[in-house]
Amino acid sequence: MTAVPALAVEDLSVEFRTRSGVVKALEHVSFAVGKGETLAIVGESGSGKSVTAYALMGILDPAGRITAGRAVLGGLDLISASASQLADVRGREIAMIFQNPRTALNPIRPVGRQIADVLMRHGNVPRVEAPARAVDLLRAVGITDPARRAKAYPFEMSGGMCQRVMIAIALAARPALLIADEPTTGLDVTTQAVIMDIIAELAGESGMATIFITHDLALAGQRADRVVVMHAGHVVENAATRALIARPSHPYTAELIAATPDSAASLDALASIPGSLPDLRRADLPPCRYSERCPRKVERCDAPLPRPALAEHFVACWNPL
Amino acid sequence: MTALAGTVRHARYVIGENPVTGLAFALFVLIVFVALVGPYIVPIDPLASDTVEALKSPSLRHWFGTDQLGRDIFSRVVVATRLDFGIAVWSVVLVFVMGGLAGVAAGFFGGWIDRIVGRVADTIMAFPLFVLAMGIVAALGNTVTNIVIATAIVNFPLYARVARAEANVRREAGFVEAARLSGNGDVRILAFQILPNVFPILVVQMSLTMGYAILNAAGLSFIGLGVRPPTPEWGIMVAEGAAFMVSGEWWIAFFPGLALMVAVFCFNLLGDGLRDIVDPRRRT
Amino acid sequence: MTPLLDVAELSKRFPVAASGSTLKNLRRRFTRAADEQSQVHAVDDVSFTIAKGETVGLVGESGCGKSTLVRALTRLLDPTAGSIRFSTRDLSLVPARDFAKDRDRGRIQMVFQDAGESINPRFTAFDAIADPVRRLKHLSGLALVETVDKAARQCGLPTELLGRYPHQLSGGQRARVGIARAIAVEPELLVLDEPTAALDVSVQVVILKLLARLKTELGMSYLFVSHDLSVVRLLCDRVLVMYLGKIVEAGPARAVFDYPLHPYTRALVAAVPRLDGIGLAKLRLSGEPMSPIDPDPNVCRFYGRCPRGADICRTQMPPLRRAAEGREVACHFAAGGA
Repeated sequence: MTAVPALAVEDLSVEFRTRSGVVKALEHVSFAVGKGETLAIVGESGSGKSVTAYALMGILDPAGRITAGRAVLGGLDLISASASQLADVRGREIAMIFQNPRTALNPIRPVGRQIADVLMRHGNVPRVEAPARAVDLLRAVGITDPARRAKAYPFEMSGGMCQRVMIAIALAARPALLIADEPTTGLDVTTQAVIMDIIAELAGESGMATIFITHDLALAGQRADRVVVMHAGHVVENAATRALIARPSHPYTAELIAATPDSAASLDALASIPGSLPDLRRADLPPCRYSERCPRKVERCDAPLPRPALAEHFVACWNPL
Repeated sequence: MTALAGTVRHARYVIGENPVTGLAFALFVLIVFVALVGPYIVPIDPLASDTVEALKSPSLRHWFGTDQLGRDIFSRVVVATRLDFGIAVWSVVLVFVMGGLAGVAAGFFGGWIDRIVGRVADTIMAFPLFVLAMGIVAALGNTVTNIVIATAIVNFPLYARVARAEANVRREAGFVEAARLSGNGDVRILAFQILPNVFPILVVQMSLTMGYAILNAAGLSFIGLGVRPPTPEWGIMVAEGAAFMVSGEWWIAFFPGLALMVAVFCFNLLGDGLRDIVDPRRRT
Repeated sequence: MTPLLDVAELSKRFPVAASGSTLKNLRRRFTRAADEQSQVHAVDDVSFTIAKGETVGLVGESGCGKSTLVRALTRLLDPTAGSIRFSTRDLSLVPARDFAKDRDRGRIQMVFQDAGESINPRFTAFDAIADPVRRLKHLSGLALVETVDKAARQCGLPTELLGRYPHQLSGGQRARVGIARAIAVEPELLVLDEPTAALDVSVQVVILKLLARLKTELGMSYLFVSHDLSVVRLLCDRVLVMYLGKIVEAGPARAVFDYPLHPYTRALVAAVPRLDGIGLAKLRLSGEPMSPIDPDPNVCRFYGRCPRGADICRTQMPPLRRAAEGREVACHFAAGGA
């Protein structure tokens, strides 16, 4: 990790009010991502990985509330920042790409124009130069014949191409941080590989930090410098990728690796994770939300967890592997 | 949990959560109640004229005042509810069946059925709707039944189009393919897979067009088609009262107009609330 | 031994309103005869077999014709040409419209990709599983309840959940309902269309193991459609690789993934993310696939994206031919092996 991280998240907690009680969706989430670094947040559905991204972008559902925490990006705390400060930062300093690129694009505006709009608004590019710069960006994300494609509408493009356009839009203002929420889910593996290559290449060129959120541990293992594993709103492990995959310390990380089809030689060797997520509306949630599924539970597990200090290899467990 | 108990519990939740929906439901219950028992509870015979009492402003005896023939406006407004509400209900039920079935069949089968239903809807849409309704009543004859039919016909394109679009989307749905694999033919798929899923959307549509149907019926009566005096009907009463507005007897047109407005308002609000209740996916 | 399913020279083409300017379309409509209308070649001359008890994987990217092929096999769609022999009967002769009532309907069933979307939101789990039992096995009353309960138990679905609607079930439970519905009529061939694509890894493992167990218990054959090669490798005996409507490679799953012969298979395998991070070879496909509308029958479908692409590739379509023991590949340059 670099000395001054691009983004440092500390103690982030989020609650959702619902009909049937308060959902403690995130609790004491901490991590940091350095300049030029790629951090993967991995977890199953309900782990809070997307909520983390939405909280950072300030686009939580109205039922959600950030109850504690800081997220410092370039000296500005995103959590306590005013709406106008956030609006200024979003798009220029932080950009986000989503799982379903087609719905995130304006269907009735040519993609080149949509990129030019962002360039003029956030990138201080004069109106006359914007269209040409938009074509340059399309070329940078690997779209062949970019001048012609700039005039195309989203429905005329494949899912992979739409995601490239989204990346071009996200990167138009040369942000310091890119948050990619399942950017390749729903795309073919061949397209996924190309998209991930493009993100990595552009991040490398500009020293941009990348947080990418995925359910696919294999993809994270291949593409990230660091991996944050989340379970039921907690960060359970945060370590450099190679160390995490080779020597997982948290029992859940180990189970997750053993359940990934790529890890096994046969179906029988593939391990399943017993139990299911605890109900996050419960008042009596144990300090470790994995403890009720955990095969390594000891007495001490009922004590409050070690706080996510920004250690090199953090494990939220009293009895790690 | 039985389905009915679940629906009731869910309905209570939806109403409790959204006061506006609750108000709309309360108004709806009131309208239905008045429509059912109105004629038996009114204090004064709505047809009885009393020239001594003519053109009296609202008072304790005549809550909404009296008209030029001395008839009690409150009683007339209450009694008219059954007729206006009845016309709206029957016309909506009629168009729900006609338009819903035609639209679902058009969306599901496509081809020539789709073309015929589409052209019929287009033809109806080509007319100004109120003028079309006038024409139908004028041609078929000046009866309440014909108002019902005319109101249903002018609403036909709305229902047919909504039903067509919804059925068309679901034709390709996974559960329809699964039903085919389970040995269901077209007719069964239409009846058991498509219709139950299009139904809630049409129910919302029903609530919205109820308001329009009431307005349409009152409008036809207002210009002298359909219901004839001295039958109490909101449209006629507004028409009769309009002449007295200039001379200051505002209540003759105002109260039936208010009743009309409240009814339309209630049905429009009801739509959203109904959708939340009928759709099981919104239940937890 | 005759195979359970023998698909020969199967093709499915859809007519299209050709893209391009409206004016051009108009002119085409007036100048061209109806039978010359442009067509999407979704499935083009596909042949393969599935033996009894075999699990065959079908992989390929979206738009390659997997879904169309599957829908033709399960008789939801009528193929344009070719035969679908099931046991000894050619099912392609029965129109899809009439197949719902056919005596063989129950013998081919399917598990859908998105269990949530494939269960009618107004049906309880019981209704969903009972529907095919009622329609195809003509059971009712106690026999119906017993059959549904048995199917649910076989799929590890607690019977007390049978009264629930799909939205009241978890993703894994919905997947089990979808599987229970398909096996309740005891099919011989089960087509699995990306059955775990929407599931978390922990649930995916459980469902995959369930499928493997059911196959041996019930003696079914599987056609397993997936884009996840790691899963196909674990579950399938043999694999078919499809590209733009054609099978480009076929063979034992392990051999195909360890030593892919076709350049497309090679790129596909290279693109699969690996936990250990190795294999990040710079083997990337550039550009977009060619249009499936009226493709030139003499040009290899992979030409233009293929790193090899020689002159012969655009003058002669490579046929699917035997390469090594049990393996087939459709490439001019892959006859000997990798």
